[in-house]
Amino acid sequence: MSAALFIDVEVDDSIAGDRELAAKLEEVCPVDIFRAGAHGLEIVSENLDECVLCRLCLDASPPGTIRIVKLYDDGAVLGAPR
Amino acid sequence: MRFFEYESRAIVAKAGIPVGKHGFARTPARAREIAAEIAAPVVIKSQVLSGGRMKAGGVQFADTPDEAATHAERVLALEIGGHMPRGVLVDSRAAVQHEYYAGVVWDGIRKLPVLLFSDMGGIDIEEVAERHPEHVVSAHFSTLRPFADWQAKQLISSLGITGQALTRLTPIVARLARLFLQYDMTLAEINPLGELADGSFLALDAHMDVENEARPRQRALLAELGVGEQETRQAREPTAFELAGEEVDAQDHRGVAGNVTEFDGNLGLVIGAGGGSLTLFDAVRSCGGQPANYCEIGGNPSVAKACGLAKLVLTKPGVDKIAVMMSIVSNTRVDIVARGVIKACVELGYDPAEKIAIFRIPGAWEEEGFKILARYGVDYADRSVSLHEAARRAVERIGPQSAPVDGPQHDARERV
Ligand code: SF4
Repeated sequence: MSAALFIDVEVDDSIAGDRELAAKLEEVCPVDIFRAGAHGLEIVSENLDECVLCRLCLDASPPGTIRIVKLYDDGAVLGAPR
Repeated sequence: MRFFEYESRAIVAKAGIPVGKHGFARTPARAREIAAEIAAPVVIKSQVLSGGRMKAGGVQFADTPDEAATHAERVLALEIGGHMPRGVLVDSRAAVQHEYYAGVVWDGIRKLPVLLFSDMGGIDIEEVAERHPEHVVSAHFSTLRPFADWQAKQLISSLGITGQALTRLTPIVARLARLFLQYDMTLAEINPLGELADGSFLALDAHMDVENEARPRQRALLAELGVGEQETRQAREPTAFELAGEEVDAQDHRGVAGNVTEFDGNLGLVIGAGGGSLTLFDAVRSCGGQPANYCEIGGNPSVAKACGLAKLVLTKPGVDKIAVMMSIVSNTRVDIVARGVIKACVELGYDPAEKIAIFRIPGAWEEEGFKILARYGVDYADRSVSLHEAARRAVERIGPQSAPVDGPQHDARERV
């Protein structure tokens, strides 16, 4: 039972296969939401609700390629102007 | 933390209260030696922390050293209440004319020690209080001022005890009250306190519990008694619920969900923050609520840990709702705890708005937390609502407990 209730992470197709970036994201996320898989970036869905909104993944990736969506806040996106 | 009887005897004797000849033995041979030194009929008593020794056969009488060794062998092999004995106490059998009770216990409601005295000793004081309340007297006393003899004398005399008995009982009872304070006890009891034919008194049995949190302050006493640092010495074994609480805490290194303790009420508690747990537990009780549990969360637990604890409490038989309350937090995130408890409700198929009686955690990331709570319709409060008021609201929402729930019935002092 691990469907995320509070947080979703959207990844742009342009970085999905970037293994180097995937490794970087795996390193920076403090709650293990990213995994560097054989084919690039994977999202560990059972950890999504642990997201602490720290923005480290946003800082580590090209602007606009990762979106942290607050499902409890009408889909507000972390860092986006309201 | 509970002391074995032989340790309690040592504490009593150290305080200058007369005790009969006795010794502690781990082997039948040693029991024989002690009985020979006493050179009189003895009683062999199993040294276990659980009650019911007499009924289980853990108390035996012996007239000779050989008989003492035979009984000791049997008692040492006897499991009582799931505990194997630490050893046996070999105790002289005093010719008692009359039995009294003297005890001091911590009153969690008044937040003061209360001194109890009865002229009907040898049986449970609760039983005496229920059946013969006129034979029990009590008085609270200060933890700040030194305990004076006159306080003991006043209490004992209120039972109509006068003359030599009053004169001799007074210093014994006063010393008991003083040792309670000196050693940070939550219980110090002499029962029975025997009056011999010559008018002297002896502590024939003693039970003592020291406050767990005071262990560092009482290192010298514990070392003297040979109590190891790792010995938890709880008055009872943890329940399945409490063990499950330990598992929730151990599954994730982030934050704390500790000291989960089972009670038999209908209001589950997810509480914490620097002393907040005790305050909130007391607040719920003072508002007439029946807590189903005690716990201490803090240190920024993960969503998974908060969720695991909330699920454990929500699935406890008899729990109707949970109250999620902390004092103002700085190192625990409000939004993370909110996510955890709401997730627990949703994954168990409950409506969070229905199951969470109140969420009162102000502090770090509260704006984000309140958004989550509002989204799920959960009744929440900010720092303008006191802990007591939050507890009152939770109790009001849950209403009276419909029926008692089967489960352990014990006082918060036992483990908290
Ligand atoms: S915001 Fe922080 S916690 Fe959330 S996914 Fe990005 S790095 Fe991980």
